[in-house]
Amino acid sequence: MSDVLRLCVGLAMTFFLGGMLLTLIRLFRGPSVPDRVVALDLCSALTVGFIATYCVYTGKSVFLDNAVVLALISFLGTVAFARYLERRT
Amino acid sequence: MIKDLIIGLCLVLGSVFGFLAALGIVRLPDFYSRMQASTKAQTLALILVMFGLMLHFERLDVTTRSLVVLFFVFFTAPIGAHMIGRAAYLLRTPLWEGTVQDDLEGKYDYERRTLAGFAPPEEESDPPQS
Repeated sequence: MSDVLRLCVGLAMTFFLGGMLLTLIRLFRGPSVPDRVVALDLCSALTVGFIATYCVYTGKSVFLDNAVVLALISFLGTVAFARYLERRT
Repeated sequence: MIKDLIIGLCLVLGSVFGFLAALGIVRLPDFYSRMQASTKAQTLALILVMFGLMLHFERLDVTTRSLVVLFFVFFTAPIGAHMIGRAAYLLRTPLWEGTVQDDLEGKYDYERRTLAGFAPPEEESDPPQS
């Protein structure tokens, strides 16, 4: 891995982790339940991106399976929350 | 060298978009604008990162799995945003006080959870016992 790529991977991981921290702020502070659900969805999407960056960092592609599964699970979570919120009223 | 530069550019740009989505989710004033910021920027971020991944490995299995992730994100992010936005509107989540126009105002039948004026199919009465 060249120095340029190492630097870029480090920058990308930093941005992803900073984004996750910001979504956690909204997750704890969010005034309504849908706010929290959207923050959780974005957090898992950022995690998918982080896993992809980690694949580049280690040079092993096995971690990409986790990204596929996480992309599916986060969608299921969002849909489940949306149905639950809608039926509760 | 050039390839590494392109990969790094894709990764950094994608992560910057992810960071901007998170920033939008913290800074924007009401739920609907937050949802819009998160959904669009998250899709763009994952496109760029997965493209960088494909370029880095240049293998068929990695490319296929990256495309699967992109496929899921492309199809599930709008559906999820639509469902959670509808649920939020039915919960009467307040709009930003600077909102100029709410096109759905007064058009929702909150009891039946449909648009007012849209007649849902009649409830089937009990089927005859036979």
